[in-house]
Amino acid sequence: MPSPDIPDDYYRAQLKAGRIMLQRSRSTGAVFFYPRICAPGTGATDLEWIEASGLGTVYSTTTIRQRPEKGGDYNLALIDLDEGPRIMSRVEGIEPDRVRIGMRVKAHIAELPPHGEAILFSPVAEA
Amino acid sequence: MTHDLRGKTAIVGIGKAGMGGGATGLQPLDLLAQASLRALSDAGLTLADVDGLFVSSAYHGNPTLSAAEYLGIHPRYANGSMIGGASFVAHLLTAAMALETGQCDVALIAYGSNQRSQGGRLISLSEPQVYEVPYKPRFPISSYALATARHMHEYGTTREQLAEVAVAARQWAMLNPEAAMRTPLSREEVLASTMICDPLTKLDCCLVTDGGAAVVMTRADRARDLPKKPAYLLGCAGEHTSRQIAQMEDLTVTGALQSGRRAFAMAGLTPADVDVVEVYDAFTINTILFLEDLGFCPKGEGGRFVENGAIAPGGRLAVNTNGGGLSCIHPGMYGMFLVIEAVEQLRGEAGARQQPNVNIALAHGNGGALSSQVTSILGTADTL
Repeated sequence: MPSPDIPDDYYRAQLKAGRIMLQRSRSTGAVFFYPRICAPGTGATDLEWIEASGLGTVYSTTTIRQRPEKGGDYNLALIDLDEGPRIMSRVEGIEPDRVRIGMRVKAHIAELPPHGEAILFSPVAEA
Repeated sequence: MTHDLRGKTAIVGIGKAGMGGGATGLQPLDLLAQASLRALSDAGLTLADVDGLFVSSAYHGNPTLSAAEYLGIHPRYANGSMIGGASFVAHLLTAAMALETGQCDVALIAYGSNQRSQGGRLISLSEPQVYEVPYKPRFPISSYALATARHMHEYGTTREQLAEVAVAARQWAMLNPEAAMRTPLSREEVLASTMICDPLTKLDCCLVTDGGAAVVMTRADRARDLPKKPAYLLGCAGEHTSRQIAQMEDLTVTGALQSGRRAFAMAGLTPADVDVVEVYDAFTINTILFLEDLGFCPKGEGGRFVENGAIAPGGRLAVNTNGGGLSCIHPGMYGMFLVIEAVEQLRGEAGARQQPNVNIALAHGNGGALSSQVTSILGTADTL
């Protein structure tokens, strides 16, 4: 495992190992994404890594239209993680245009060649 | 309390190239040079007078070097800052500072793109956004689609209201012989157009054209002696918010909120003083967002504000009077054309689309994924 002080390497290695890790400033409590050597805004460097719950809420969503022979339509969404940060991702397991703002979603990790492991989401089953 | 720079410099020449929307077959620097020579001629100046050069480009990593060499000039002050399509509005402020501090005496701000001739490919020198590309965003439209979806969710903005923006732009373009798209367009046609990235259709998107544009600036004392009616820079200010759309704090509020407030404060004016409004309409949502953030209507009311032809010719506010990026011209980056249309309106040179008694014009540039915003306010001699 790379050093936690090499933010991008550490993040990617953790993702490959099945964990979504986020950085948090010990003094300010601010959790942020993407990995950096300091917290945005404050510049705080007293950072620790925390494991994300994987739960989040759809902040916005779009369906990117694409011809079927090129792979068909797909979803692109912004997800507000329960820990605070917002990330770009895709909601799967549902028609792309049925994803709704405010929908609760749960993360999983998948390989998206050639980019390596990435975070994807699926709707949380209604209770 | 207005700013020291208010009215100290003016746009004294404007030039355009590649108008009409067709593929020119020219290279980006050819178009930049054509526009530059026209702007200098308009100003009654020559290339030999230019000692300040301001260029931004997606084609050139060192845009001022490439442009200066092509033009055969040796500027003593140059600035090639790249903040996307807002760059050219931002250059107005940098040029004003350079002129006022004596770093240059004649500033040329110029742009050229042959995006249409190159088959519509959006040239980008941008670094890949490594945390976004795995999800295959379609830059730039998917970022704007996400902002649109959120605005609709929070404020009840409708696709019909977005279509009103496209229709108004087309109606202005029909009054502009240089505009690329001059056939009538209905709201229904916009709604029935091919969906590209929900909720944005093809007709919610700006054009893909070639084009060049340039303006020449001098200090106000010299401007008064040049042939054309000067357009004085009364206020200009910017704001960066984010680079990637996922990093933008609130997709319904842009940095135009801050850039607009600062520009109005610098000019000592309010939105009610503005006679014509030129905002960067890369997508229909842009016009709505910027009318709200610049203070022409309350936040969330932009959709309702544009209804019933309110920003079309004869409406309550003249917005994007050349037809905008949606229907006039959009060569990769549109920012310089906003300023040129504002100047034409201030001079009274806008032909059939000329608005009566224009003394104050606002030109607002946007760059990236709603990333950078720059607001400029220009005025006639009466506003000094």
